[in-house]
Amino acid sequence: MTSIQFIVFLPLLAAAFAGLSNRAFGTVLPKVVTTGALFIACILAWPIFIGFLSGTSEPYVAPVLTWLQSGDLDVAWALRVDALTAVMLVVVTTVSALVHLYSWGYMEEDPDQPRFFAYLSLFTFAMLMLVTANNLIQMFFGWEGVGLASYLLIGFWFRKPSANAAAIKAFVVNRVGDLGFMLGIFGTFLVFGTVSIPDILSAAPGMAGSTIGFLGHRYDTMTVLCLLLFVGAMGKSAQIGLHTWLPDAMEGPTPVSALIHAATMVTAGVFMVCRLSPMFETSPTALGFVTFIGALTCFFAATIGTVQTDIKRVIAYSTCSQLGYMFFAAGVGAYGAAMFHLFTHAFFKALLFLGAGSVIHAMHHEQDMRYYGALRKEIPVTFWAMMAGTLAITGVGLPFVDIGFAGFHSKDSIIESAFAAGSYPAYWAGVIAALLTSFYSWRLMFLTFWGKPRWANSEHVQHAIHEAHGHHEAEDAHVEHPSQEVPDNPHAEDAGHEPSTHGVDPAQLPEGTGGYHPHESPINMLIPLIVLSTGAVFAGVFFHQFFIDPQAGANFWKGSIFFNEHLAHAAHEIPEWGKLAATVVMLIGLFTAWYAYIRNKDLPAQFVSQFRVLHRFLLNKWYFDEIYHTIFVRPAFAIGRFFWKRGDEGTIDRFGPNGSAAVVSFGSRLAGRLQSGYVYAYAFVMLIGLTAAVTWAITR
Amino acid sequence: MNGFPILSVMLAIPAVAAIVCLFLDAKSARWLALAATLVDLALGIVMWANFDIGGAQWQFVENSGPLFGSFSWALGIDGFALLLIMLSVFLMPICIGASWEAIQTRVPEYMAAFLLTELLMIGTFAAQDLFLFYVFFEAGLIPMFLIIGIWGGVNRIYASYKFFLYTLLGSVLMLIAMLWMSQTAGTTYIPDLMAYNFPVHAQTWLFLAFFASFAVKMPMWPVHTWLPDAHVQAPTAGSVILAGVLLKLGGYGFLRFSLPMFPEASSQLIWLIFGLSAVAVIYTSLVALVQSDMKKLIAYSSVAHMAIVTIGLFAFNRQGIEGAMLVMLGHGLVSGALFLCVGVIYDRLHTREIDRYGGLAINMPRYAVLFLLFTMASIGLPGTSNFVGELLSLMGTYQVSTTITLLCTTGIILGAGYMLYLYRRVVFGELTKDDVKAMPDLSKRELALLVPIAAVVLWMGVYPESFIAPMRQDVTILLHRIDRAQPKGDSLPTAGAPQAHAAEASHGEAH
Repeated sequence: MTSIQFIVFLPLLAAAFAGLSNRAFGTVLPKVVTTGALFIACILAWPIFIGFLSGTSEPYVAPVLTWLQSGDLDVAWALRVDALTAVMLVVVTTVSALVHLYSWGYMEEDPDQPRFFAYLSLFTFAMLMLVTANNLIQMFFGWEGVGLASYLLIGFWFRKPSANAAAIKAFVVNRVGDLGFMLGIFGTFLVFGTVSIPDILSAAPGMAGSTIGFLGHRYDTMTVLCLLLFVGAMGKSAQIGLHTWLPDAMEGPTPVSALIHAATMVTAGVFMVCRLSPMFETSPTALGFVTFIGALTCFFAATIGTVQTDIKRVIAYSTCSQLGYMFFAAGVGAYGAAMFHLFTHAFFKALLFLGAGSVIHAMHHEQDMRYYGALRKEIPVTFWAMMAGTLAITGVGLPFVDIGFAGFHSKDSIIESAFAAGSYPAYWAGVIAALLTSFYSWRLMFLTFWGKPRWANSEHVQHAIHEAHGHHEAEDAHVEHPSQEVPDNPHAEDAGHEPSTHGVDPAQLPEGTGGYHPHESPINMLIPLIVLSTGAVFAGVFFHQFFIDPQAGANFWKGSIFFNEHLAHAAHEIPEWGKLAATVVMLIGLFTAWYAYIRNKDLPAQFVSQFRVLHRFLLNKWYFDEIYHTIFVRPAFAIGRFFWKRGDEGTIDRFGPNGSAAVVSFGSRLAGRLQSGYVYAYAFVMLIGLTAAVTWAITR
Repeated sequence: MNGFPILSVMLAIPAVAAIVCLFLDAKSARWLALAATLVDLALGIVMWANFDIGGAQWQFVENSGPLFGSFSWALGIDGFALLLIMLSVFLMPICIGASWEAIQTRVPEYMAAFLLTELLMIGTFAAQDLFLFYVFFEAGLIPMFLIIGIWGGVNRIYASYKFFLYTLLGSVLMLIAMLWMSQTAGTTYIPDLMAYNFPVHAQTWLFLAFFASFAVKMPMWPVHTWLPDAHVQAPTAGSVILAGVLLKLGGYGFLRFSLPMFPEASSQLIWLIFGLSAVAVIYTSLVALVQSDMKKLIAYSSVAHMAIVTIGLFAFNRQGIEGAMLVMLGHGLVSGALFLCVGVIYDRLHTREIDRYGGLAINMPRYAVLFLLFTMASIGLPGTSNFVGELLSLMGTYQVSTTITLLCTTGIILGAGYMLYLYRRVVFGELTKDDVKAMPDLSKRELALLVPIAAVVLWMGVYPESFIAPMRQDVTILLHRIDRAQPKGDSLPTAGAPQAHAAEASHGEAH
């Protein structure tokens, strides 16, 4: 029994306790148990990571139980610990523990807290099973387990129709990806005769150049397998085409968005590609596709992020875009850089989400940035935390001396790797996305924290003021009722459906506080913000050499991913303009955002009227939802109805049972009562048959 | 277990209890039926515990020798039969419990009908004589007719008529084939028939004759339309036993007769099975999506799930067959449990209309949790029974046909769609309707029905080895038998030609 079993199974036990106790112990004990379990797991996880950082630990597999044996297929429940797992362990347990703590404050007024904490811990367990998987099927178990937890948490406020719709959408879209994952597992088993990851990875290079039949044609074996598995990764990591569920997933409580839809679950796809990196390395075609999808997503999601007005949706598209970075890093062979960005992103994106949650908390559940403004002085801790997150995500740092915030190290190393690998389209997509990232991140900051207050017109704020006056208690103004309040949030529901209302320029909304006073969040929400801010500021400087340095990286990863030392080396030696580009565009983005939202506030409106079509296109998220609805969802129901009415009832029954009714009803009328008539007829036929059989048997 | 005729005893108990029931009042009939089914469950557990895994192929064999002609009282089980008998005896007490309050008219007859069903189900799985099998197999439907026709819903006559008509067609053809087979092979002893090599040209006709019967029982598309009607009209316990055990008769038939007796024909007609199954998965899943009646929805989903069984069986490999068996067991538990879940709320509101419900998570949290578990099991979430079966079955199929696997795997997307859509409309949302608000959460009796199923569903999901081990050797024997007809598959990967140089070169470039 090593610490890894405790790390993985403590959250499961805590989840079972909190979930099944069903309020028998009130709300405090389940919260203490789940949060405590996660902090213990976190404390146990860091030494494992540090062991690998210092080079003293060796990879090992801790067996748990056999799962399933069917011929050559031999699947065990087992926990694999190596450098790659260690990175994920600290990311998952740290963010999860902090999110548990944060939720004490954020969910304080919710009557269903034990259920919420049970789901959070269940999610953590599934995620840990995923990252410790030693075979593809256990990985799939974790994969679907996090999907279940995500479904439950998105739909946590199950009274709200939009939350239910988003939950189903998340599950079903992920299942599309899972279809690919499953076929990938089948193909892998067919080719290698095993689903054990180490066995597959060691055999993979030997299969380069072989061909395989798939859907009636022959293709390169490894390309088919990698692409099928990658479809799974695209679903879980919300890459273009299968990304539509992620923005809608913001219907869940904000701590959930931070944990699942930013820091951990959505990075599972990146983790999978890195875990299977020796396999992907055998197929240049597959890697090219990964690069293409990653670069496209990174650009496309960033463009949408620039026009959204819901604070959580901006960050959601930002997540989508950052995942694109990780994928194209993997695609060009820089798995270390991909994992490094995954690592730093987990901290700064969880920080941004929890910060946004703190803002939403302060603004009485208003999520629309057009109703924010001037919050800098009102909620200073949140402001500084968000500032740290923004500095990290936009990649602020000093080129050439290699000192900067987290994103500076990780994102820039991805962009540089793309350049070094000769993947120029990906490089430019990365640079342009960096520009857009800087723009939308600072736009968020300026709209929220600078300018004049525009709170007066927010329904949520009005509601809060009304409540406060009604009770003559100023304190009530910031009391949270997430489960009751959010359902009547008109903005979360109609986002994207009625773009006309969203074209309104923030500057034109009437200013004023409406007499509302935002309050800073309680201490249990601020501690996670402070801890994560530290990560956002220092994670890059501290850890970059272990993840991406040619020498130290190889020592750290120890073969748990395919670490390309040549590429890591080359990334350091690209031309100086190539390195500077990311920093330059970051400054351009900052300046543009400052100019448009602080200096000349009429500019956004002018831009919108000038480029109406482009703006609508971005506001409607490239029309993916509309297109999918038209070509998949509606036809599925229409065809279903057609099969039912025209197929089953109109054809099969009509010419089958109903058609022969005329013939049979004659016989049954003779038999008297209808239904018993059939039974007699049936028994009669059987008897005749048996008589024939017996007669034959005796007389032969 | 030396010499103790456990199978005969397991048959005798429900038989005697059924007769006694007819002479009792309602209350005593319920208790007697429950006691009899529990004793059978206990005997089933004893039998499983004494089943020698990896031992003789046929165990607990009882053979009277020829009684008249070559007809004999021959019983015996292998791993497949053991697991299906366990499924039957496990579900039976639950069915009796589910009818405890819901059935108030002609209770003694009802209980007798269920006990008779149990007898015939166990008999079907245990029979080793061809005609003994036929009697059990066909007679098993008679109590079901009665259950639907007497205790069913408004449209019960039409439903039982349809059920009858479909089944009749199949059984006549199967009987003719059986007669021909016993004459040709000169035996009615099933183990002998399983080893007999029928001429290849005759196999096709024999296969089709059996297929007519088994395809209806599965049911396969397009002979499935009796199932939704039968389920909708049947009382809750009737649906449970229909979905839980009766639908497994078809799969068992394919496994016991079609594959080992007609391997060549099975291989030749694989396109028929695969084609119909792939259509079934997509067609019935889409139909399930638009249903407004809960029972119909689950009935259509059963057709889609059973298609995963047929493709797995005819994949001609271990993963496929073991997976198919596990899907049968898992589906038996999960769809049975889902029908119980429908029954729970039907008993309270007397409607199966999905839109009449909503918001049950608020006033029925225990129900919401269990229903969620079974919903997730139904859509094959890993960690539940159905996942393991579906994974293996599809994995086996992939080795034969990638296209069919792709088509059938879409079932995991569509299945998630219709089940979550159902769950959302029934359990989630705001609790608005007054009569729905008044519904109490699960009673102790209802918990006692659902919790054991939930436990087994999770057991099968986490440690399916318990269920694979008894049939492992039987699959080996079956594979040995059908190997010669094994289809080639469409993947056929070639050996790799690793190019170490190419990999080096690309790294050099990067540098």
